[in-house]
Amino acid sequence: MAEAVLRVFRGDSENGETKDYKVPVEEGMVVLDALLYIQANYDGDLAVRWNCKAAKCGSCSTEINGIPKLSCKTRMDSLPRDEPITVYPIKAFPVIKDLVTDVKWNYQKQKEIPPFTPPEDEEMIMYQDDVERSQEFRKCIECFLCQNVCHILRDNNAKESFFGPRYLIKIAELDMHPLDTVDRSELLRNEAGVGFCNITKCCTEVCPENIRITDNAIIPLKERVVDKYFDPINWILSKLKED
Amino acid sequence: MAISATQNYTTLRTDNWRVAPIITVIILGSFVIYATWRALENQYYLAEPYLSPFYSPLINPEWWPISPAILILWAPGLFRFTCYYYRKAYYRSFAGMPPACAVEGRSKESYSGESKFPLILQNLHRFFFYAASIVLIFLWYDAFKAFNFDGHYGVGVGSIILVLNVFLLSMYSLSCHSFRHLIGGKLNVFSSCPTRFTLWKGASSLNERHMLWAWVSLFGVCLTDLYIRLVATGVITDMRLV
Repeated sequence: MAEAVLRVFRGDSENGETKDYKVPVEEGMVVLDALLYIQANYDGDLAVRWNCKAAKCGSCSTEINGIPKLSCKTRMDSLPRDEPITVYPIKAFPVIKDLVTDVKWNYQKQKEIPPFTPPEDEEMIMYQDDVERSQEFRKCIECFLCQNVCHILRDNNAKESFFGPRYLIKIAELDMHPLDTVDRSELLRNEAGVGFCNITKCCTEVCPENIRITDNAIIPLKERVVDKYFDPINWILSKLKED
Repeated sequence: MAISATQNYTTLRTDNWRVAPIITVIILGSFVIYATWRALENQYYLAEPYLSPFYSPLINPEWWPISPAILILWAPGLFRFTCYYYRKAYYRSFAGMPPACAVEGRSKESYSGESKFPLILQNLHRFFFYAASIVLIFLWYDAFKAFNFDGHYGVGVGSIILVLNVFLLSMYSLSCHSFRHLIGGKLNVFSSCPTRFTLWKGASSLNERHMLWAWVSLFGVCLTDLYIRLVATGVITDMRLV
C-alpha cells in the first residue's frame, strides 16, 4: 500500500515543533483521515478540530503544504508525496494545541454588526431576484479560511481596525437585503475597515464554498462607501431626489 | 491579539507561487514602458485612415508643448490603474502586499490599506471610468472611420484590428466593477427596477471574466498601436481586403 509522510505541527502558542508520521494512503482518503489515523495509531493526544467530515461544518481548517484548506476536503492523492506533507494550524489565530486554534475573536466581531432590522409595519412580497444575491453569502460555513489567509489579519495583525472578509460578507448579506433598514456605511468605513482591503482576492481563492467574496461582497461594499463619502454627483442626485 | 511565536514563518507553500507575480511584473512593466515610449514619441500614430488608440481623440493645441497623447492617456491610464483587477495584480506583484496567498509580504504595524492618502484615491475609480468611457466613444468613431478610404468604403487589415481593439476595450469597460455597481448593483430591491436588474445581470456575467478582458484589451491596444506604427513607418503595408 502507498504511504505518505505527514509533517504535523505539535505544540501551542509558546512552544512547538513538527513531527513526521508515516500514514498508509487508501483510495479516496483525505488529509483529515490521515490525521485521524495518526490519532488512532501513533499519538492519541494530537489535537484536531473536526465535526462533519463533509466540508459543511467549517471546523477542520488547517494549512496543508502552506495553503489554507479544509482537511476533510483535501484528498491525499492531490498532494505530491516526494516530500513530507506539512499540516499546520491556521496562522492568523493563536494556537491552543497542535492544529486547534482560538478563533473567538471572530465571534466578538460578529456581535459588533447590527443585526437584520426589517421595518415594523411593512409587508413585502419577496422575489427570488431580490434575495438571490444575499443567499450566496449565506453559504458561508464559518471555516475562517478567508480570515486566516487575509494578509491584513495574518501578516499585519490589524485585528483592531478590520473585521476581515467573513464579516464583510455578513455586512453585505444584511445591507443588500431588500427589507433591511439599517445604514451600516459608517460601520463599514470605520470599525469594519473596508478601506483596509486592497483586493488581493486571497479570501476568494481559499473559500471552500466558492463564494465570490471580493467581487460580490467587498467591492460592492467599497462602491457603497464611495456612493456615500466620495461621490459628489451621487450626493447631489440623492439630495435632489429627497426634495 | 498577537500572532503566535510558533507561527513565525514566511510561507510553507511548496508550489511555484513566484511564477504569477513575476509574469505580471514582466507584462505590466513592458506595457507601461511601451505605452510611455509611444505616448512621448509623438509621431507615427496616423496611417490614414487609421489612428492609434494612444492618440485618440487627436487633440493638438498649439500651446501644448509635448505629445498630444498625454492629453488623452491619463483617462484610460488612471481607469486601469484604479481598476479593481489591476489593483490585485500590482499590489501582489509590484508591492508584495502580499506576493501570493499565504505568503508573508511587506507587513507593517501601521498598515492602512486604501483607507488613507494616497491609496484612498483608489475610490475615484468610477470617475476615471466616466472619463475613459468618453475616450471609448471616440475609439468607436475611429473604428468606423477605418472603413473610409478617401471617401470610399473599404476594409483593410487595420480596419478589422481597430474594430477588434475597441470591442475588447468595450468589454473591459462593461465588465468593470464600478459600472456593475452603478448600473444596478447599488439597488437593494431589484424587482422594483427590472430594466436595471437585467443590465446588472449582464454586467455581472461580464464581470466574472473581468481579468480576462483586462489582459486581452491591454494586449489589443498595444498590438493595434504597433500595427499602425509599422504601417506609418512603412515597415509593412496595410493589406486591403475589400
